[in-house]
Amino acid sequence: MDQLNSKVPQGKLEEKWDKYQANAKLINPANKRKLNIIVVGSGLAGAGAAATLAELGYHVDCFCFQDSPRRAHSVAAQGGINASKNYRHDGDSVWRMFYDTLKGGDFRSREANVYRLAQLSAPLIDHFTAQGVPFAREYGGVLSNRSFGGVQVERTFYARGQTGQQLLVAAYSQLSKMVEAKKVSMYTRHEMLELVVIDGKARGIITRNLVTGEIRAHNAHAVVLATGGYSRVFRLSTLAIGCNGSAIWKAHKKGAFFAAPSFTQIHPTALPQSSESQSKLTLMSESLRNDGRIWVPKNKDEKRKANEIPEDQRDYYLERRYPSYGNLAPRDISSRAAKERIDAGHGVGPLKNAVYLDFKDAIKRLGIQTIKDRYGNLFSMYKKITGIDAYQEPMLISPAAHFSMGGLWVDYELMTTINGLYAIGEANYSDHGANRLGANSLLQASIDGYFILPNTINNYLADIVKEEVPSIDHPEFQKSINEVRAHIDRLLSIDGKKTVDHFHRELGNIMWKECAMSRNQEGLIHAISKIKDIKKDFWKEVKVTGHDKEFNQELEKALRLADFLELALLMCEDALQRNESCGAHFREEYQSSDGEAQRNDEDYSYVSAWKYLSEDKFELVREQLIFEYVKPTVRSYK
Amino acid sequence: MKINFKIWRQENIQTKGAFRDYQLDGINEDMSLLEAIDFLNEKLVLQGEKVIAFDYDCREGICGQCGIFVNGRAHGPHDNVTTCQVHMRSFKEGETIVLEPWRAKAFPIVKDLVVDRSAFDRIIQKGGFISAGTGSAPEANSILIGKKEADKAMDAAACIGCGACVATCKNSSASLFTASKINHLDHLPQGRIESYDRTISMVKQMELEDFGACSFTGGCEIECPQSISISQIARMNNLFMKALLKKE
Repeated sequence: MDQLNSKVPQGKLEEKWDKYQANAKLINPANKRKLNIIVVGSGLAGAGAAATLAELGYHVDCFCFQDSPRRAHSVAAQGGINASKNYRHDGDSVWRMFYDTLKGGDFRSREANVYRLAQLSAPLIDHFTAQGVPFAREYGGVLSNRSFGGVQVERTFYARGQTGQQLLVAAYSQLSKMVEAKKVSMYTRHEMLELVVIDGKARGIITRNLVTGEIRAHNAHAVVLATGGYSRVFRLSTLAIGCNGSAIWKAHKKGAFFAAPSFTQIHPTALPQSSESQSKLTLMSESLRNDGRIWVPKNKDEKRKANEIPEDQRDYYLERRYPSYGNLAPRDISSRAAKERIDAGHGVGPLKNAVYLDFKDAIKRLGIQTIKDRYGNLFSMYKKITGIDAYQEPMLISPAAHFSMGGLWVDYELMTTINGLYAIGEANYSDHGANRLGANSLLQASIDGYFILPNTINNYLADIVKEEVPSIDHPEFQKSINEVRAHIDRLLSIDGKKTVDHFHRELGNIMWKECAMSRNQEGLIHAISKIKDIKKDFWKEVKVTGHDKEFNQELEKALRLADFLELALLMCEDALQRNESCGAHFREEYQSSDGEAQRNDEDYSYVSAWKYLSEDKFELVREQLIFEYVKPTVRSYK
Repeated sequence: MKINFKIWRQENIQTKGAFRDYQLDGINEDMSLLEAIDFLNEKLVLQGEKVIAFDYDCREGICGQCGIFVNGRAHGPHDNVTTCQVHMRSFKEGETIVLEPWRAKAFPIVKDLVVDRSAFDRIIQKGGFISAGTGSAPEANSILIGKKEADKAMDAAACIGCGACVATCKNSSASLFTASKINHLDHLPQGRIESYDRTISMVKQMELEDFGACSFTGGCEIECPQSISISQIARMNNLFMKALLKKE
């Protein structure tokens, strides 16, 4: 069996990162100029990495499928970014943030990585401030904070309800600066369709120009995947429509292990689905839970409007079940608690699939102006979509598929199991364990891109600095190009009777039902066989119109869905293998009498890293998690 | 509901385009306009036709990628929203909805309703950043910024780069976009250091990209999904004049 080497440095937890940096290899500036790095994806992780690597002197080729790097889905993270600055003097520290994150992830992440995440959070805020992110400020000029789910201190920095947008714009600005300096070659509307591995090393990628259809090879000394999450496998999710798992899936098929694929965060505060025709679900920032109170009517057949239901007939179920965290209980717990109430018949809204998020008390306590200042754009967005004024009546919210904690397995250096292939941001599995705390995603993406990767990649490059990168005429590049072309031709030639969206809806339905908020053995076995059927049908019956040498969005969708159909199988296999409940992974067979998750540290304290064998065969390789500094405890928010 | 669509179809930048009519039944009024086009596209595929190309991504009104001219208005019938936030309940049963791409010389048509807005990226590349390297930042609270000033920076920074301001402007001016970026950074002490150079080079690039001049008709602020005020343009012009004087 393959062995996984996490490369976690020896020594005290607090000193690991410093020690790593002190011992890492360096490359002199003259040699850096000769090295070329490919960065796929231009969100917070990708743009940060591309800009910083270029600043360091490397040449970078950066790719994104959108029309501009400033569109990457990082824009949609509204609420904030965590940093342990302890500006509020409320007892925050690197250790506390590390502990909150490790516990939030239900002790399924690596101690050393999580500690580094907390450690680098403070300088990251300095960095973004210097780049001109207009973070919220107090009247005296200092930075303002609020709190998020899963924590009891105020460590979240924010820029109105546009934090992700503003951080991304900052990263995009830095990237633009390096494009102008000709250190970064930016390829917009390009999608990576294959990874090229030669002699065990990542040597380049194959892309499709989405406007012209041109298939092209690009070579490099190292490849960095910063392609975000894959929750569009559920079809309805909070992710942008273009988000996909293709790049990491192709890398997986070429030898990169895929870790914890089934750990998907279900966000508790999305807008409820209103019809089958919906293309996505809209997220309302979790920051709303800071001041909003969540409730459902005690009476199942409640017909009255929310405001007409008296206090004693409301069930503030989060405050009832989790008195110390209340409405700030972590996402997995809040989502499951909502599902429990909805399933029990207390759901509200036209389809009875939502719960109330009420600001009445907050408005009474703080005044409408403060609420407008804090969440104004979220309230207006809510009104645009639903036509409801949430200053007057409670919002309707519902759980939705959101962040994928799973992704390519990476070591402490963020390198995958393929030499020279790195995965950063949501594309990797590293810091969040089985559940990500709110406002930690922007943080992880940013530190991976700005601070960690630019330090760790040298260690690999220093060894190959004298190696000649195989040219794109190398047979392996040509072989990959031919495979990509054949794959596209096969799709276009099917000319069946069903649309790509039809298959995506089918896949989404089964994944949402059997592999989302809660899972059980029977359902997962059923899902696996069903997905195989859908996949078979897809390759027989899908219809994609148009051709390959043009801007063809139907073809783009079909290519992504073909990968989702394979990835979905692995997600179900992973969920089936883990006979315990932890974080976002709730196996119905493993719960306490009061419905709380039952973790099994004795048998499952490991990261599941899957090796690809064939389209429906995967081999499990375990990375045992060693907790030297924190003793895993039962994760209670009561 | 039943809707008639009149949609601009154009293979690519080299070919000529024209409107085509489509009738669509079974639309749900909760669908967004983009979902209605998805619905139409599924029908087209089943008929063996090519889908209508249009830009979209987040469908939450924030990424700025979607952008369609709807019944003669950028982003549709409402003020200050993106196209993805327009719902079919905004239209009447049996109505004819005319969809066409942003029309501006600086935004060449890629296909159907999709345009190339890379001119915006090139304006940013000319100075829409603060030259701060990674890893060299001072402690964040050592740069004090009063709430009012920080709020002003945020008001300008809210621009999502969708291009509605250009599309609605009779001169195809990119002034609101460029002003937003310039003012965002100029409101911050860390950005002010490069302000004059930034302003001159970004304004120059805007002109080089074939955007027209601003004649203060104010359409841009009505269509801007982030309600960015036209006063941003006045502020940019003021800054530009100062920058020119300073340069001399």
